[in-house]
Amino acid sequence: MSEKFDVIVVGAGPAGTSCAYTCAKNGLRVLQIERGEYPGSKNVMGGVLYRKQMEEIIPEFWKEAPLERPIVEQRFWMMDKESVVTFGYKGLEWGVEPFNNFTVLRAPFDQWFAKKGVEQGVLLITETVVLECIVEDGKVIGVRTDRPNGEVYADVVVLADGVNSLLGKQLGYHNEFRPDEVALTVMEVINLPKGKINDRFNLEDNQGCTIELFGDSTKGNLGTAFIYTNKESINIGVGTTLSSMIKAKLKPYDLLDYLKTHSMVRPLIEGGESAEYLAHLIPEGGYHSVPKVAGDGVLLVGDAAQLVNAIHREGSNMAMSSGKMAAETIIEAKNRNDFSASSLNLYREKLYDSFIIKDLEKYKDAAHTFENNPQYFNDYVPMMNRAASKFFTVDGTPKREKQKEIMRSITGERGTFKVIQDVYRAWKAVK
Amino acid sequence: MSTKTIEEKQYLIRFKADTKSHLTVLDHDVCMTQCPDKLCTIFCPAEVYKWEGLRMQVGYEGCHECGSCRIGCPYQNIKWEYPKGGHGIVFRLA
Repeated sequence: MSEKFDVIVVGAGPAGTSCAYTCAKNGLRVLQIERGEYPGSKNVMGGVLYRKQMEEIIPEFWKEAPLERPIVEQRFWMMDKESVVTFGYKGLEWGVEPFNNFTVLRAPFDQWFAKKGVEQGVLLITETVVLECIVEDGKVIGVRTDRPNGEVYADVVVLADGVNSLLGKQLGYHNEFRPDEVALTVMEVINLPKGKINDRFNLEDNQGCTIELFGDSTKGNLGTAFIYTNKESINIGVGTTLSSMIKAKLKPYDLLDYLKTHSMVRPLIEGGESAEYLAHLIPEGGYHSVPKVAGDGVLLVGDAAQLVNAIHREGSNMAMSSGKMAAETIIEAKNRNDFSASSLNLYREKLYDSFIIKDLEKYKDAAHTFENNPQYFNDYVPMMNRAASKFFTVDGTPKREKQKEIMRSITGERGTFKVIQDVYRAWKAVK
Repeated sequence: MSTKTIEEKQYLIRFKADTKSHLTVLDHDVCMTQCPDKLCTIFCPAEVYKWEGLRMQVGYEGCHECGSCRIGCPYQNIKWEYPKGGHGIVFRLA
């Protein structure tokens, strides 16, 4: 395997495949290396795939890709122990072309996507671990795999090796994570007949719904839970920062079972059959955790570059866009025949000029704020529930008096000054 | 039925276990003498780590390869690698 390629892409998730596909489509010789039995066998996400960034790579992909349901409704639940305050949006414009986003199951989807790359000429090798980047005079010139004589060379190596990115660490581009920079998330796929899903979520065939759950869904810890509808199954999962999990001495699967048996959730999945259980880390450090993304002969994309917007649960789209930007950079570098750090730094410029880093920058202090101020999840969600209960319970109390009572109970619990401070701090973190 | 225990959850998954562990506890004495909470036995989502009185039992065959133990071990006492190519967990769905 001592051949030389234009590009070696490590990993066959959305970032790696977007990059490999785009490079091959533009005539470059691409080797893509995946450690799993097939693309998708190691990859996990809650399940939302965004149309816009996928379409920029494969136009009208929804006509052939293995998708579950187009999402027409996004709900948000502020959950207490025996109650929930809900809001959301349902719009039929999301149910027709060009759609907004879809639920997907990653194992079938990633296999399909990687196959599209192969059709463009990508040489895909599975069941192969990249052990390290081969570095010569500070320049990445190839990779060493766990195959016999497994050294391969290329002008550029793209690290799409996911959240743990051992290769990014080998190069010294990232330090080891702190436990507050990653969310440990566990989920189950639960099979349910299509008709039951449609009835329980108020959907028709080919309409999907997502629910993001805050508050008691994580027992008040920093994190969220989610319920997404597939065609004939439901993805239900919960995650908190690893640091919160450690601090609260929580077993992640116990938290998942707590969610599944929660009185507000249980009726949605009642009678379902568990089909798979999955655990994964999400890089949630945001803007401050983004590593060096371009070097001499090397680029980092997707989760390996920590490109996740935790507030908006966006990740797969950032992975795809970053993969495409990396590919465009490599194509230009190839034209100049210059793969030095300064030439490849164009990728960094593209990334920082796009929605990806702009959005991460917008929320750069959010995680930190919420981690250090547990009252948002611990106190305010139950408070909202009590206020709603009080306000909507008809008991002969005049409404104006009710309002005053609610305000008094909120400021009484935390103190007026604290409440103002909390509101200001939260606004600052997400503005 | 939807699962109730971690054993039932793990039973749903396909694993192609390597003969050699990709997870190594570097120094069992550290677990024994410095880590009263044995945190990895709590937060590991697959219950890979079990404390057996004197040393840490590592059931690497059921590992999800998430990376939590490497990051969460307060003593950086876990060497974490990927299983050999084609081995380890094989997700079939999500």
